[in-house]
Amino acid sequence: MKFTLGWLKDHLDTDAGIDDLVHGLIGGGLEVESLTDRRQTLAPFSIAHVRATRRHPNAERLQVCDVETEAGLVQVVCGAANARAGIKAVFAPIGTHIPGTGLNLKKVNIRGVESNGMLCSEREIELSNEHDGIIELADDSPVGTPAAVALGLDDPVFDIAITPNRPDALGVHGIARDLAAKGLGTLKPPTIPKIAAARTSQLNVALETPQACPLFIAWPVCRVKNRPSPVWLQNWLRAVGLRPISALVDITNYMTLTYGRPLHVFDADRLAGETLTVRSAHRGETLDALDGHNYTLKSGMTVIADASGAVGLGGIIGGETSACGPQTVNVVLEVALFDPVRTARTGRLLNIQSDARYRFERGVDPHFAEPAAQIAVNMIVELCGGEPCAPIIAGQPPNISRHYTLRKGRVCELTGLDLPSKREQDILQSLGFEVNETASGLDCVAPSWRPDIHGEADLVEEICRIVGLDAVPSTPIPRVSAVARPVLTLSQRRVRQARQALAARGLDEAVAWSFAPARAAELFGGGEPQLKLINPISAERSDMRPSILATLMAEVRRNMARGLEEVGLFEIGPVYKGDRPEDQTLHASGVRRGMTAPRHWAGDRRGVDAFDAKADALAVLEACGAPVDALQTTAKAPEWFHPGRSGTLCLGPKIPLARFGEIHPRILAELDVNGPLAGFEVMIDSLPQTRAQGKARPPLELCDLMAIKRDFAFILEQSVESGQVVKAARAADRQLISAVSVFDLFEGAQAAAIFGPCKKSLAIEVTLQPRERTLREEDIEAVSRRIIAKVEKATGGKLRC
Amino acid sequence: MCTSSADIKKLGQEILQNITDAASELEIEAIRVRALGKKGLISGQLRGLGHMGPEERRVTGRLLNETKGRIAEAIVERRNALKMAALNDRLAGEHVDVTLPARPRSRGTIHPISRVYDEVIEIFADMGFSVAEGPHIEDDFHNFTALNIPPEHPARQEHDTFYFKVREDGSRMVLRTHTSPVQVRVMQTREPPFRVIAPGRVFRCDSDQTHTPMFHQIEGLVIEDGIHLGHLKWVLESFCESFFGIEGIKMRFRPSYFPFTEPSMEVDIGCRFDDNRIRMGEGDDWLETAGAGMVHPNVLEACGLDSYRHQGFAFGMGLDRLAMLKYAISDLRAFFTADLRWLHHYGFSAFDTPTLAQGLS
Repeated sequence: MKFTLGWLKDHLDTDAGIDDLVHGLIGGGLEVESLTDRRQTLAPFSIAHVRATRRHPNAERLQVCDVETEAGLVQVVCGAANARAGIKAVFAPIGTHIPGTGLNLKKVNIRGVESNGMLCSEREIELSNEHDGIIELADDSPVGTPAAVALGLDDPVFDIAITPNRPDALGVHGIARDLAAKGLGTLKPPTIPKIAAARTSQLNVALETPQACPLFIAWPVCRVKNRPSPVWLQNWLRAVGLRPISALVDITNYMTLTYGRPLHVFDADRLAGETLTVRSAHRGETLDALDGHNYTLKSGMTVIADASGAVGLGGIIGGETSACGPQTVNVVLEVALFDPVRTARTGRLLNIQSDARYRFERGVDPHFAEPAAQIAVNMIVELCGGEPCAPIIAGQPPNISRHYTLRKGRVCELTGLDLPSKREQDILQSLGFEVNETASGLDCVAPSWRPDIHGEADLVEEICRIVGLDAVPSTPIPRVSAVARPVLTLSQRRVRQARQALAARGLDEAVAWSFAPARAAELFGGGEPQLKLINPISAERSDMRPSILATLMAEVRRNMARGLEEVGLFEIGPVYKGDRPEDQTLHASGVRRGMTAPRHWAGDRRGVDAFDAKADALAVLEACGAPVDALQTTAKAPEWFHPGRSGTLCLGPKIPLARFGEIHPRILAELDVNGPLAGFEVMIDSLPQTRAQGKARPPLELCDLMAIKRDFAFILEQSVESGQVVKAARAADRQLISAVSVFDLFEGAQAAAIFGPCKKSLAIEVTLQPRERTLREEDIEAVSRRIIAKVEKATGGKLRC
Repeated sequence: MCTSSADIKKLGQEILQNITDAASELEIEAIRVRALGKKGLISGQLRGLGHMGPEERRVTGRLLNETKGRIAEAIVERRNALKMAALNDRLAGEHVDVTLPARPRSRGTIHPISRVYDEVIEIFADMGFSVAEGPHIEDDFHNFTALNIPPEHPARQEHDTFYFKVREDGSRMVLRTHTSPVQVRVMQTREPPFRVIAPGRVFRCDSDQTHTPMFHQIEGLVIEDGIHLGHLKWVLESFCESFFGIEGIKMRFRPSYFPFTEPSMEVDIGCRFDDNRIRMGEGDDWLETAGAGMVHPNVLEACGLDSYRHQGFAFGMGLDRLAMLKYAISDLRAFFTADLRWLHHYGFSAFDTPTLAQGLS
């Protein structure tokens, strides 16, 4: 919402300076987005008189002008066709910054002729895009007059943002009311002229849809002359970015901007029949609107129609066929009330943004229709002459009367502001509330222009914003406990610990989109219809991701496209299995792509594989306090993993906690990512909801007797898992055997050549920890025999001798 | 067998000279055996003492023992010297180029969003707030209606909501457009008093230089007897002071409008815009950082709280924006691109946990 200082002062009697007004607007909740003072921005530009011009000796299109400026006669080279002797123009001396070109003027020599300044076009001083010639001014502008003054642009322009609850501030008068309430002047009440009807009219108004349009005033005025508006009105409109058109059109814009009251003027001679009907549009009915577009309407949209059909879209835009022009003689002024919800819906469906729609959908003062009509008719008569007829008033304003009690002390309870009741009363009255003091507090009737007032809290807000938030005392909240207590839930702690563990393992944390392309979602087990967005931002972000891997894969690809070959990323975030709250779960997932280390003189690097991912998954589980030693690894994993190089870490046979492995080559190919690439997914929400251990650690049992290590190698079928061997060996003596580890694996063609087809050798190291006495050779022999027997029985393998 | 003192001295001299001349530990050992071994020269002389008279034995014995001591000492000394020389020789061949780079250590990073998340929680935890969470796929009630945004409210249009397919029953789910639905869920399930913050992802159908379809907000909610707007101001002032680490940070509270609060305000922080960089805590410009207000009675009622008995405040801030302001990160879109170069530049070490004691930045 833009307005000028002069416009405001037409409604506010004030001595306040601009800074105070800006402060008052902001302090009252009307955010000032900008303040443009052209007296300052155009300060170097002034009026000059072009005394004489002659053709440039070396350039056909250029003229050399003798220009009389406030600093005396100067020579200027000018390319404008309209530069000629006798005109007044806007002159910029050397050193001026030209806003339209961004250049600083210098004394220049143009093809052998010196030029000492510039005569400006509208574009060069950012008045408009007009650049066909230089600005010409009325003859009576004295040389040296500041350009802003001569152009009628010396009125500072405010641009303020209006929150959707404040339709009353969509007019200068309402803004003035707020400032007056803030103590920055006195509101000048509008003068409502009495209109004497010179004649009657045959016009009728029929309201078919009173819910959509409860009130419609049609006011015919005959024999007008639609001339240009007076300079003051043109200047105001121009200052706020509107193009003056003609008095009739400018008056409607003036009423919209001054009183937040959109209205419309029909050319009565271009209306068919004697009846204006407000009705729902017929399906397929069309309207040639004033914006130059043809709209096809739908049932439920409110139109104003004459005998020929729709001539206006209620509360949104007028029709071209009945628009006023220079030839207009007889007019009908429309001042109506349109339902906000329907207006908004129609505007949205047709995608029409207009000043009228903007105000009607926020709520126009229903009781101001008739006064507005009187002001507008009076203005028409003043500016265009003519004879007003008696108005035709159909319907009536709806009853919107509401009153609420502001309890004593309530303002203080909600805001901490301790104000005398009289002050509260004064503020509300200055905003237009009718206030009666009762035993319980203040009984307040909301003014008709405040559709946003719906309860006591709104009254508190009104007082609070007028007093100002600076006055609200900053008050410490009581401390809950001397030392702050821990607040994170188990799950929230796990997220932090998992994050630190993964970053410590060298992975970079990413925050990827919750969205994935449909195909990626399908490849990772998603793609359900209820997880597809109706209005995605792009095909790349069409589905809610079923797996973090579905989104990280794309990030790996993009990093590789940047030339980064070794990529290690993780994310701890949501995945979506359905649209219910419980379908959203938390995963800690990551990928490693490329080699385990960068190229280095000390060598030692290899391609990443499933065991890197397994280590990552285990690190997360351990950091989260999962019972890592009790986990089982199974060779099964979802289909997006390589079927032979992936697995799942389970707690018992039923509860999978994590999966890991190489990503399926088919998926790599489809998503255009080159391997090697391994990934893991830890289902944080599946972890046991209690921590594996309490605060207290179990007692440490140290044994003075030295542990003994023995190695065993077995020749096994290729299909035997190392887990079976370890498990069998452990079972040989649960007391004595404290650890079993795999330290060698020999498989492949060479192994097959030695041990037979499909055979491998697996070597384990068993640690024996005696508890009571040192082991004798025969004890060790005995347990060794049991280990060999157990493993051979469990695996069908043979000890390698 | 020579027994004269002169002979013994001469023998001693010879052996000591041999020791000095020895070129290896092996030679030293041979000398030791020859001189001090069981059948060695000195040992032989000592055995001969038994045949002497008491006076001669005393004199010769002392001389022999002195000689033996000197030889033993010389052997140890020479052996050590030879060992040292051998070691020096070996070390001379073991030279490495120490200017070679150290072995690579993979350094992971923590995303600025997570960092700021933790910083914010650290501050609010100290003020007694716990952390609440809610689903991203929300129903109309939690995202709009309960927050006093009825179906035709203009604010709904401004939210750029992502929608899912209309279900058979006519309802349709949305992606939450703000973290405020978590307020609703907290009020529906907990008994006041409470103080909670709810950080998390939010979604708007908007994408340009400064908007991404997904970003992060943090919501705050306090429902407590006697809690008023002044408390809200204090909480936000205290937060900003601590988060940005600027004592007496300049702040401005402006009345504004949100459907879910009444009275409502917007919160600006004083700053200076300088060559596309924002400098916090200086200058005369203002930067909008939060929306806040007293919880609207309609919201309390919609969540099952009696608005005559309960009151409180709520606020919301952009987490990404907080991160950008504090750490001078200019492009919001880069937060979500996982560009390793960006992550390495703006990310944080795994071991740099923000705590109030150590400082938050």
